[in-house]
Amino acid sequence: MDTIKQFSVFVENKQGRMAELTRLIADAGIDLRTLSLADTRDFGILRIIVNKPEETEALLKQNGWTYKATSVIGVKVPDCPGGVATVLEALNEVNVNVEYMYAFVNRTPGRADTVICVDDEQAALEILQKKHIDILTAEEAYDI
Amino acid sequence: MAKYWREDIETMPREDMKKLQSERLVKQVQHVYEHVPYYRDLMDKKGVKPDDIRSVDDLYKLPFLSKADLRDAYPTGMLAVPMKDCVRIHSTSGTTGRRVVAFYTQHDVDLWDECCARAITAAGGTAEDVCQVAYGYGLFTGGFGLNGGSQKVGCLTLPMSSGNTERQIQFMRDLNATILCCTPSYAAYIGETLHDMGLTPDDIKLKAGIFGAEPWTEEMRRTIEASLGIKAYDIYGLTESSGPGVAFECEEQTGMHINEDHFIPEIIDPETGEVLPEGSVGELVFTSITKEAFPLLRYRTRDLCQLTRGKCSCGRTLIKMCKPMGRSDDMMIIRGVNVFPSQIETVLIEQGYSPNYLIEVDRKNNTDTLDISVEMNTEQFSDKMKDIQEKERSLASAIKTMLGINPKVHLVSPKSITRSEGKAVRVIDKRKLHD
Ligand SMILES: [Zn+2]
Repeated sequence: MDTIKQFSVFVENKQGRMAELTRLIADAGIDLRTLSLADTRDFGILRIIVNKPEETEALLKQNGWTYKATSVIGVKVPDCPGGVATVLEALNEVNVNVEYMYAFVNRTPGRADTVICVDDEQAALEILQKKHIDILTAEEAYDI
Repeated sequence: MAKYWREDIETMPREDMKKLQSERLVKQVQHVYEHVPYYRDLMDKKGVKPDDIRSVDDLYKLPFLSKADLRDAYPTGMLAVPMKDCVRIHSTSGTTGRRVVAFYTQHDVDLWDECCARAITAAGGTAEDVCQVAYGYGLFTGGFGLNGGSQKVGCLTLPMSSGNTERQIQFMRDLNATILCCTPSYAAYIGETLHDMGLTPDDIKLKAGIFGAEPWTEEMRRTIEASLGIKAYDIYGLTESSGPGVAFECEEQTGMHINEDHFIPEIIDPETGEVLPEGSVGELVFTSITKEAFPLLRYRTRDLCQLTRGKCSCGRTLIKMCKPMGRSDDMMIIRGVNVFPSQIETVLIEQGYSPNYLIEVDRKNNTDTLDISVEMNTEQFSDKMKDIQEKERSLASAIKTMLGINPKVHLVSPKSITRSEGKAVRVIDKRKLHD
């Protein structure tokens, strides 16, 4: 099963916490492939995909950050009208719920690579394959 | 293993104790009347003479002393001996107003050490033990009090004071400490740090802890006991009454035996001052009966408490006080409801959260607001926003069931709430800034 390791880090809405975290990662020579912040008035969850997941995990642990490693699916969504809709319709067809999604910073023209977190990964991967929607492999996501 | 430090006193039949207390009370009242003009005036105003006090049954005739009286009398107005006869002072922190300074003669220090020695013995301590005192040393009474008791028992005493937690654990391991004395919040922090260092209770030799100087709950006791692999004993005292050791817990852990040969307790109605029958909940009042330098007659502690004189399985006949249900100072009135931080702490621990929390009370649009920040651990953290919000809601609803008012709960990262090495700050009441 080809899924991508994502880290969700708990960040309180205190000034400088986000900067502190991204600086920590940068100073360890780790590249952020993409990130997304979900936030409320009190706290945020910063979701990141990096080029070196093992090192990142060790770094987060050592520095006392509250995080969860989760697996997400990367989808190569065609960059045209209805591209995202096609993917969501396919998932809907097999009753897979999308918890959240966000985009990669685009590197390939004509494609909008998207990160999707679903409640049933197995079912999602099967239907995407059946519908000939391309999956972004972990290697592609980490860009090794 | 010695079970009691002073068997004759600790298991004395009630009638004999009452006789001893009466003799000492009569002398103490005479001493105060002669040497403390401040209290003499209070007695005169009430029309009470030392001759009116013939036994403990006459105690109710005496006027009360409040913390405000002690502040008025600052610094030496309550001193009952010449200052040159004193050997030490201690002082309250003064966080809730002017400081109170308590004075001690050598006799007073000896009696205090004796009270603490009883507490250490009741916690299983003997001359074989290594006692790590991680209460603050200085004006605060915790460090010196337990230090004195520990040396009296003959324990090897480690005068660590509070702070530098990794060093605490290093000494604890290197010198095989068996008894730890500190505030309960610091004990919890030491337990947490031990775990963070990758150690377990098997890596230390501690068997008992004597924790006091701030209110703590039964739930917190279980947390500390599990994290350090010990039995945790409560100890009670006030700077005004000499310090810790006024009352101490035995292995039954169902309340603290009061050293009645030095302190007479009463429970009064905090509104009317009327003495309540045994078993009632009310304000705890203490009368010292053996002090030279700083005797206090009928001192109102503001601690809400209950006294019971049931038979204790440890064999002590000393009356027991329950864990104070809250200091009347700690009580917050939020939207007309009386709230103690300990009630909130109980819910948090029941729901599987850490005892690290911060309560913030404010007033917005003429309505009191109650915000509670609680640390969650990595297992409690979820990648999904709605899970965290659901946890916050469910915790808020459990607190509402306990208090009757709806709080706003904020889950925060582990270790983001400042740890305390002494008394923990649990409440910030911002309403006072507006008044
Ligand atoms: Zn007992």
